[in-house]
This record gives sequence, C-alpha cells and structure tokens, in this order.
Amino acid sequence: MAGTRRRRSWAGWQFVAPFVAVFAFVFLAPIGYSIHLSLYRTRLIGGTSFAGLDNYRQALGDPNFWSALGRVSLFLAVQVPIMLFLALLVALAIDSGRLHGKAFFRVAIFLPYAVPAVVATLMWGFMYGSRFGLIGGLNDALGLSLPDPLSPGLILASIGNIVTWEFVGYNMLIFYSALRVVPASLYESAEIDGAGQFRIVTAIKLPALRGALVIATIFSIIGSFQLFNEPSILQKLAPNAITTHFTPNLYAYALSFSGQQYNYAAAVAIVMGVITMVIAYAVQLRGTKER
Amino acid sequence: MAKGIRRRRSALLTALTGIVLIYSLVPLVWLVLNATKTQEGLFSSFGLWFDDGRFALGDNIRQTLTYDDGIFLRWLGNTLLYVVAGAGGATLLAVLAGYGLATYDFPGRRGVFATVIGAVAVPGTALAVPTFLMFSRLGLTDTPWAVIVPSLISPFGLYLMWTFTREAVPAEIIEAARMDGASELRTFYRIAVPMLAPGIVTVLLFSMVATWNNYFLPLIMLRDPDWYPLTLGLSAWNAQAATAGGQPVFHLVITGSLLTVLPLLAAFLLLQRYWQSGLAAGSVKQ
Repeated sequence: MAGTRRRRSWAGWQFVAPFVAVFAFVFLAPIGYSIHLSLYRTRLIGGTSFAGLDNYRQALGDPNFWSALGRVSLFLAVQVPIMLFLALLVALAIDSGRLHGKAFFRVAIFLPYAVPAVVATLMWGFMYGSRFGLIGGLNDALGLSLPDPLSPGLILASIGNIVTWEFVGYNMLIFYSALRVVPASLYESAEIDGAGQFRIVTAIKLPALRGALVIATIFSIIGSFQLFNEPSILQKLAPNAITTHFTPNLYAYALSFSGQQYNYAAAVAIVMGVITMVIAYAVQLRGTKER
Repeated sequence: MAKGIRRRRSALLTALTGIVLIYSLVPLVWLVLNATKTQEGLFSSFGLWFDDGRFALGDNIRQTLTYDDGIFLRWLGNTLLYVVAGAGGATLLAVLAGYGLATYDFPGRRGVFATVIGAVAVPGTALAVPTFLMFSRLGLTDTPWAVIVPSLISPFGLYLMWTFTREAVPAEIIEAARMDGASELRTFYRIAVPMLAPGIVTVLLFSMVATWNNYFLPLIMLRDPDWYPLTLGLSAWNAQAATAGGQPVFHLVITGSLLTVLPLLAAFLLLQRYWQSGLAAGSVKQ
C-alpha cells in the first residue's frame, strides 16, 4: 500500500464518491436491512414482533439447513480441488512453451467462462438426459447401460462437472497470468544450474503461483457456498433429485419466495454469509502465513 | 511471451492438454450441431452429429425470433439494455474509483478500501432477499432499475482498476499535468484514461459477462416476462415442457441458447489482445 503519493486532500472523493454512494445503497443498506429482518418474526395473527436471536437458534437446529450445508461442503471438498488442479496443470502446460498452438489452447479452454450458467446447465442437462442426450445415445449405440447422471445419487457429481467446465479456463487464466510475471532470467539461471523441468516447476513456478492460488481458492469457496443457478435450472430436468433445500442458497430462496418466511430466510442467509467469510478468511491467513 | 528461449514442442504434452481442450469444446460443438435439428430430430438422431438429410438451422432461427410474437427479440433488447446500462455504469464507477484510490490520499481512503474488499466475501444470498424487499418497498421491483442498479457495483472491477492504475499511470505524469494547471478531471480523462485502456476493456468485458449471464438477480426481481433478460427467458422456455399443458420447445431452447452465447464469444475472441494484457497487469501485485 505504498501508493499514498501525495498530500492528503479531499480531491480524491470526487472520483470515489459515485462508487461509494451506489455501494452503500446496494451492499451496505441490504446487509443492515437483512440483520434487522433476522431479528423479527412475522405472524399472520399478531403481525411483526421482536424475536431476538430466535431465528438464528431455529436455523442452527434446522436439519434442512445442515443437510444443505453438508452438501455444498462435500461439493467444495471434491469439486474445487479437482478444478483447481486441472486448471493448474493446463496453465503449467501452456506456460511451458512446449505445446503446439498454445494461443489456441489458452483461448479455447477459457471460452466456457463466457457461456451463461443458464446455457451451460441447459446444454449439460440435455446431454445428461436419456431422451436426446449423449448418455442415451451412447447407451443405444454401444449397448451400454451407463448410470443416469440425473439420478439422486449422481446429481451432485453432475453439477460438479458443469461448474468445473464453466470455471476451469477462468482459473487457468488466473494462474497463467501469474506465471507470465516470473522473470525469464530466473528460468535461465535455473537451467544453467542444471535444474530439470520438474525442479523448475516445484522450485520456481509453484511458489510464484501462491498468491493466485489463494485468490482462486477463495473465489471457489464463495462460489461453492453460493451454489444456486445450476441446481435451480437442473431442477426442471431432474425434479426428483433436487429438493428445495438442496443448497443453502436454494433453501433461502424457497423460504422467501415460496414460503414468505422472509425473517427466517434472512437469518439463514446471514449464518451462511458468516460461515463463508470465516472460511475464506482462514484460507487467506493460511495461504499468506508461511512466506 | 516472457520466455527468451524457444523450446522444443512436445506432441505428448499437446495431446494430453488436448483432452481438456476437447472437454471444453464438446458442449459448444453439441450446441451448434443440435441447433440444426428439428424437435423430432433431436430425439431421433445421435447427439454429436447432424440429423440425416434435415438441416433446420435457418428454420429454427426464424422460429426462435418469431415464437410468441417475437418475445425473444424483446428479451435480447432487455439484455442489451441491462448490459449497456449495468456493465457500462459498473465500468465507469470502477474506473473512477480505482483511479481515485490509487492516485489520491484522502480522508477515509483506507476505510473505503477495506469495506469494498470485505464485501467481496459477502455471498449474494445474504444480499438477494433483503435487496428484493428493499426494492419492493421502493416500488422498483419488476422494472429495469431492479436489475441495473445492483449490477453497477463490481468490487472485482474496482480492485483490478486500482492495481492497474498503480502499474500503468506514473505519479510524476499526474503531478506534471497538475503543475501545468490542468484540473483533476481533465488530467484524468486526457492523460490517465488512454493509459488505462487495456484495464478498462478488461473490466468492461468481465462486467458484460456478469450482466449478460446474470440469472439470480432478475429471477428474484422480475415477474413480468416482458422485462426478462435472455437467460431468464430461455429458462422459462425450458420449463414450459415440464408444466402441464405446456408445449415443449426444446429446439427453440437450443437455438436460443446458441444465439445468446455467440455475441459474448465473439467479443472475447475479438478483444483478446486487450483483456489478456489487462489481466496480466492485474495479477502483478498480489
């Protein structure tokens, strides 16, 4: 933060004020309102009354909430490492300079990021389906009986595949950008010292990627805990496999918009927000500690 | 590009990375192939090849654009409105604020920075419901404002512009302009903006993706299909098959998806020189 380049004056505010004003309106005000809502309860008879921490107590004892949280935690523990590892391998491969047509690889693998989650989910959902999907086609053509990706047992893995597809290229690009900043002289002197490719990766490239890895991990944690679009759209194609409390976000949505339980939904969302921030903060601490 | 040495190409490594490449492209190929099929053809032909003898792409596009009195075009117009106002506004605010934070020292600067960076970790869930209730009290739900106003804030864009300004705009140049008597705003748009161009394009592209692809926010805020963006409209067409008495229009869902994806893919391909250098500069300081 050595950017304090000149005398203190109010002149900077003319640039920052518009952002701060809108930010206060769409970020700070809703957070405040959300906390307010979570402390009240609304009954058909008796209207709105102060409830203290009752909504929070209810959320912490709600099996639907815990099963949703367990599901996204499992998703986080399995999908995020696979996606980041894959992204890392591709970034290292492209950065190694040993690929034919590396510019094409870089752009083509990134492209799915530009596809809306809705379209990505519809495409994969159709391909998963046995009606005109690839799975159905493969079963017919090869006489296989592949398991149904939209069945309750496999649906989480199928969603994991969609999310991996959407974001592997994005994460690859974050890693690749971080690798490009490493000065070439470092590689040259390592080679003069007789270091092999593997040694260069472990001794130079991976340490250089540390910051990017921490950032990508934090974004992925937030993304996993917020999981909504993919299961919400797949619900139409697999109504039996995806319940209304499949993820915490779906649960909060169902509580507010089907159940009109705004106060309780606000408490559930805040509990989830606090858990997310605590875990993201812990990752950041761990990631920057051992320098 | 940082490498001075020209390396031996490896066919094995290319083939292995090719697996990920195929994984990334197969769904897009599937989308293009299936946009050429009639609804019956979708069921009767193999997913990763054309339907024998029938090539219905032109017909599908025509139907997509005219179905239900041309509602698709209305959704496209809405999406463009949300993207121009939302992503354009978000970029403008992020560029101004990022520049302000990087170039000036002012009372409250640290507070602004800490609050905004902290906000990145706040999940959208925690915000969605209260934002909806707040907007509905203000009478803003079911209007374009409900989608545009929350899109105006991009903490990621602010962060990128802040790091980018620190890299690309030397303090001495700003100081020199001030000595010459240029006003703060004039210094900004005559001197800093041209230097920030790759960063601005990057933030604009990523905000465009965010607003073009937005689903959760409009889903909560909008009831009237006349205000839907494309994402919500496609999802509604898809749901039509599952509702009792609804007419399945899978061929329109698929062709509509293709039409929805193409503009963004084109933007990324055409502007890749800018956003790739913009991202690289943003990753220097971490």
